Amino acid sequence: MTATLPERRSLLGPAVRVFEHHLLVYRRVWKSNVLGSVIRPLLYVLGMGLGVGSLVDDGPRADTALEGLTYFEFFAPAIMATTAMQILTNDALWPIRGGFVWFGTYHNQRATPIDAGDVVTGVLLWHLAKGVLSAGGVAVVLLLFDGTRTAALLPAVVFAAFAGIAYSAPLIAFSASRETDLAYPNIQRFVIVPMFLFSGAFYPIDQLPGWMQTVTRLTPIWHGVELCRGVVHGSLEFVNGAGHLAYLLVWLVVGYVLSRRVFTAKLGV
Amino acid sequence: MGSDDGQPLIEARGLRKRFGDFEAVKGIDFEVRRGESFGFLGPNGAGKSSTMRMIGAVSPVTGGELRLFGLDPATDGKSIRARLGVVPQQDQLDEMLNVEDNLVIYGRYFDISYAESRKQARKLLEFVQLEDRASSKIMPLSGGMKRRVTIARSLMNDPEILLLDEPTTGLDPQARHVLWDRLYRLKQQGVTLVLTTHYMDEAEQLCDRLVIMDEGRIVAEGPPAELIRVHSPREVLELRYPAGANAEQGPALEGIGARQEVLPDRVLVYADDGEAALSEVHRRGASPESALVRRSSLEDVFLRLTGRTLVE
Repeated sequence: MTATLPERRSLLGPAVRVFEHHLLVYRRVWKSNVLGSVIRPLLYVLGMGLGVGSLVDDGPRADTALEGLTYFEFFAPAIMATTAMQILTNDALWPIRGGFVWFGTYHNQRATPIDAGDVVTGVLLWHLAKGVLSAGGVAVVLLLFDGTRTAALLPAVVFAAFAGIAYSAPLIAFSASRETDLAYPNIQRFVIVPMFLFSGAFYPIDQLPGWMQTVTRLTPIWHGVELCRGVVHGSLEFVNGAGHLAYLLVWLVVGYVLSRRVFTAKLGV
Repeated sequence: MGSDDGQPLIEARGLRKRFGDFEAVKGIDFEVRRGESFGFLGPNGAGKSSTMRMIGAVSPVTGGELRLFGLDPATDGKSIRARLGVVPQQDQLDEMLNVEDNLVIYGRYFDISYAESRKQARKLLEFVQLEDRASSKIMPLSGGMKRRVTIARSLMNDPEILLLDEPTTGLDPQARHVLWDRLYRLKQQGVTLVLTTHYMDEAEQLCDRLVIMDEGRIVAEGPPAELIRVHSPREVLELRYPAGANAEQGPALEGIGARQEVLPDRVLVYADDGEAALSEVHRRGASPESALVRRSSLEDVFLRLTGRTLVE
């Protein structure tokens, strides 16, 4: 008789195996990924910073409008949060469907000592890493410029990653629960793109009408932008920072619980 | 056959599976013993795959009792799955990874170290005769090769039971024979095989014992040869008449052989001596366009028990 494998010990063990699978796949595609996460922000920073920046910085309200920052200093750290959001929401749509339908990866994992909940934990661990990688790409670009060259980019990268999974955690539950992928492009068009534009990344939200400011304050991305900008420029107060982070964590936890529920139902039929 | 005190590896009593209003498995009993090769034979929708998913400890049991290694899948799912190998109906190979990495990461799911997993992967690729394809991508592989990769993957944890859901569906005859040969070797090594199929030749080739399922129930159980002997005369005479003329032959053929079945495309005459039956058909002047005498098969048993053909 074959020896029985020992009963499982660590809580995270099986989830880490799921993470390892993502890592192995990423090893095959990392070159194009890394290139994308450096070149895209570089273009943003140059295009917006030089173009819009020269307009704003020479304008009549240059001293007061941006809390004393140049336009580049104002929006560049925010790009870390928006980049993490964009990349992770994309990862929370089609790749999740792939895991269930196209490649059956999750079904394979479920056939081994890995549970549906472990799969969700593993996927989110990977999203956290991917968020760090993509915001890290932006940070590398920001190191090139005097106005943003600071060690505070490090915590900013972590904050940005949390802003990203505040989106991807609930979105994973959503995309896993769909019978088709028809709704996915609309999520990007009507949810992610507006969040990107109204996140407070490109202008202070007090420029918006009152009700829109309220809506913006409810979106996780605004909190991510405030965290990144504040910590990079040393203006983040502890209480505010803790509040922003706690709000992001609420989205993460709710999304995690929902995702576990959907995955358990889908993988245990 | 082992140290299990005669306890079966898999034991099901009144096993049921319901999806909403639809009951896919309607209370079935079976046992699988160590080293045995056991089959679920039946048409699509018979409840075979639902049963397999319950055995695989991924699909919760709706009613009745199921034990694997004496354990309950509802509470000991992880421990059970650690001892199973699963070959799903779809290969579900990762096209982003090469052949060997597909196996290595699968070994990791069982907590096997990378070094050990890679060693095991190479050994198994040799076993399925794909050692020269280790670094190949998945896409260019033929259907039969992909199936063999999937079988190698399912063996990464040295499973005691190998579950195969329609292992050769969609493969060409040559690929099927290669696969059967590998499965036969596994059986010789003592691996318990549990498989579903709607091919009677596959069941006859691979199974020591099988159950025939129809509409969620078991309608017969036994070794293939015994099922055929009990439920069908030794030979079958297949008669083909011009299109649409099969049914008209009924009266002319009456009394020939043990019984007859009129199918859309042919008439089957069950008889212990097929050639004698054919002579009698000719003597009565009911000569067909073509005729063929063959041995009775599980297909005939199925037809006899359910009134329907297996592959429609």
